[in-house]
Amino acid sequence: MRDETDGDKGHIVPYATLVIVWAALLTLTILTVAVSRIDLGMLNIWAALGIACSKSVLVISFFMHMKYENRLFKLFLMIALITLATFIGFTFFDVMYR
Amino acid sequence: MNDSTPENHAAHPKDYLGAKLGMWLFLFTEVLLFGGLFILYAVYLQRYPEGFKLGGDQLNVWFGGGNTLVLLTSSLSVAMAITALQRGRVKQAANLVGVTVIMALWFLVNKFFEWSAKIQHGIYPSSEHLKEMPGGEQVFFNIYYLSTGLHGIHVLVGMFVMIWVLILIKKGKVNPDDYVTLENAGLYWHLVDLIWIFIFPLYYLIL
Repeated sequence: MRDETDGDKGHIVPYATLVIVWAALLTLTILTVAVSRIDLGMLNIWAALGIACSKSVLVISFFMHMKYENRLFKLFLMIALITLATFIGFTFFDVMYR
Repeated sequence: MNDSTPENHAAHPKDYLGAKLGMWLFLFTEVLLFGGLFILYAVYLQRYPEGFKLGGDQLNVWFGGGNTLVLLTSSLSVAMAITALQRGRVKQAANLVGVTVIMALWFLVNKFFEWSAKIQHGIYPSSEHLKEMPGGEQVFFNIYYLSTGLHGIHVLVGMFVMIWVLILIKKGKVNPDDYVTLENAGLYWHLVDLIWIFIFPLYYLIL
């Protein structure tokens, strides 16, 4: 059945890549703490969310192997994220213009 | 589960793609579950920005930051365990899963001390002290307990899943030829990490 090169079994991610991603995640964690100590008003929350999103991209791409999965996985991920964004967006339409 | 004998394998080839896709679909439902809590957070932050600031000030950044490091490191160890198993290093993979289990326990112990300290100060849902606080702070602490509690349950479940996978590796049922169970357990664990990546700045760092 699946003798065609084990393609669906997954790509092997080298230790070095994983450790670099981990180091980047730690750096971003320190950065998010540092940025939160500076008073930027409402920008603080956007900075925190921006850093959290970039950390998520790293975790999903490398630790969760999304970078190496086929297009179907990426499509599903997009659909889930768009659904979540729609929920949040519509909630705010309601809250802000009530 | 135990269809890894050669005869069964020929009759029912394992569908790795399907197994992983199923896990991802489950994870999307988890994202929507936690997404609901983040919507609550966002709506109340917009309504009570001062109360949220005062609430966030009372959380200990060292506990939150320490637990962030613990979770990120546990994500590294489980990701490395998959690489190790793919390369046929079974013992190393088992050790790395063991490290993940210890990290999960460490996270929960930290959380226990953190919650205990807050509860001793009279801050827990519907406590007298909390009822006397301004509305914004009450809401903040209620959502804080709800979000970190739900996340904590996921850590606990993830820890038991990791112990289960460790046993399967020891028994040889998860092995270099058949490791999708470890991959899926890893995916669940990374999701727990992802949610914490958002909880930490939103609750602990808001000033």
